[in-house]
Amino acid sequence: MTPRGIDLHGDVTVDRLQLADEYVAEGARAAKDVAEYALWLGDDALILAQQLGYWVAHGPELEEDLALTNIALDLLGHARSLLRYAGTADGRTEDDLAYFRDEHEFRCAWLFEQPNGDYAQTMARQLFASTYWFELYSGLGRSADPALAAIAAKAVKEVEYHRDHAVQWTLRFAGGTDESRTRIIRAIGDLWPCIDELFRDEPLTDALAARGVAVRPSALRPAFDAVIDAVFAEAELERPAVPWSAAGGRHGRHDTPLGHLLAEMQVLARRFPGATW
Amino acid sequence: MVTATRAAYEVAASVCDPEVPVLTIEDLGVLRAVDADDDRVTVTITPTYSGCPAMETIRDDLVLALTHAGFAHVDVRLALTPAWTTDWMTDAGKEKLRRFGIAPPTGKAAHRRGPIPLSLAVRCPRCGSLATREVSRFGSTSCKAHYECTACLEPFDHFKVH
Repeated sequence: MTPRGIDLHGDVTVDRLQLADEYVAEGARAAKDVAEYALWLGDDALILAQQLGYWVAHGPELEEDLALTNIALDLLGHARSLLRYAGTADGRTEDDLAYFRDEHEFRCAWLFEQPNGDYAQTMARQLFASTYWFELYSGLGRSADPALAAIAAKAVKEVEYHRDHAVQWTLRFAGGTDESRTRIIRAIGDLWPCIDELFRDEPLTDALAARGVAVRPSALRPAFDAVIDAVFAEAELERPAVPWSAAGGRHGRHDTPLGHLLAEMQVLARRFPGATW
Repeated sequence: MVTATRAAYEVAASVCDPEVPVLTIEDLGVLRAVDADDDRVTVTITPTYSGCPAMETIRDDLVLALTHAGFAHVDVRLALTPAWTTDWMTDAGKEKLRRFGIAPPTGKAAHRRGPIPLSLAVRCPRCGSLATREVSRFGSTSCKAHYECTACLEPFDHFKVH
């Protein structure tokens, strides 16, 4: 008899057996291929969190400063959980992975490393990113890997809220002034070439999906398209007719802006290793 | 062992959330389990949002409080699943929030699943009016949105249903 018998939270009960699976950060050690997958997803979240942080004090209004920094904080939380788990495979910490890898060692997809641009560009990127993540984490919540399932089940509630925010801004831009509409159309056109990469199956995802660990990227595409098409229909926008990019983020081939971003993100940790404040 | 666990639980349950100090971590639903044996205690907590920066402070506060209470070995563990929800907030916690000037969560997250999300009106914690409006879906912390009352004209924080 322990206080787990005490009814802490109404009808939610937690027993010892269930808790044993919960210690995601402690004890669980990722297999090498699972760690690689966690690294891909962790890098996506980390890079977008860093980008959104640049909007602090530069948002179009105070409420948007708050919104983007709150979203960035959630993404940083996802990145920390995923990178911490990825690091268990070879004894690296989340900080080792964030600050002491070079550009070609990052595995983020190109969408997340596209520059902030104007607010329409940032919101279009948010729309695509959070719509993708919502579908990904919804599926990954049922992963055969308990650590990934736990991280995803928590993250999905947060990215759903982020998606709401981005949808509202997309509608506002599209239905606002001629200028705002021009800008969201331009932003969607700029980012659209990066969408294909998110849904590209790779040997790693094939192998992990076969074991029920990963979600097959291509399987997420129909749900993503359905949401985007619905938003575009409401906003009277169209899918741009532009070709796919040569994006190769999962293989360490990146677009130019990532190097600049990493240089700034990593400089302190590299210049003063172990610095705390 | 039961006595030690109960004593440890009382101590752990009295630790306050650093960002909403009017609530204990028990009120908030962050405290998940306490298990003590002699002078060794394991406390399990869960973050509210993934990036919640309060977890490290809560961990330190738990270690401090339990060490003071005579537990020589304190182990604080972080559990991610089941994911935290405001449905776990105690009624006492909601009342404390309201008196502190923060509108507590309205309704249950578990009831909002499904194709038609239903949001209940948020009552102004100052004048009690339901004539309030959302100013911003994001607030000073991840768990809050920014509202204003159109009756008494006061702005206030609303603890979001999550």
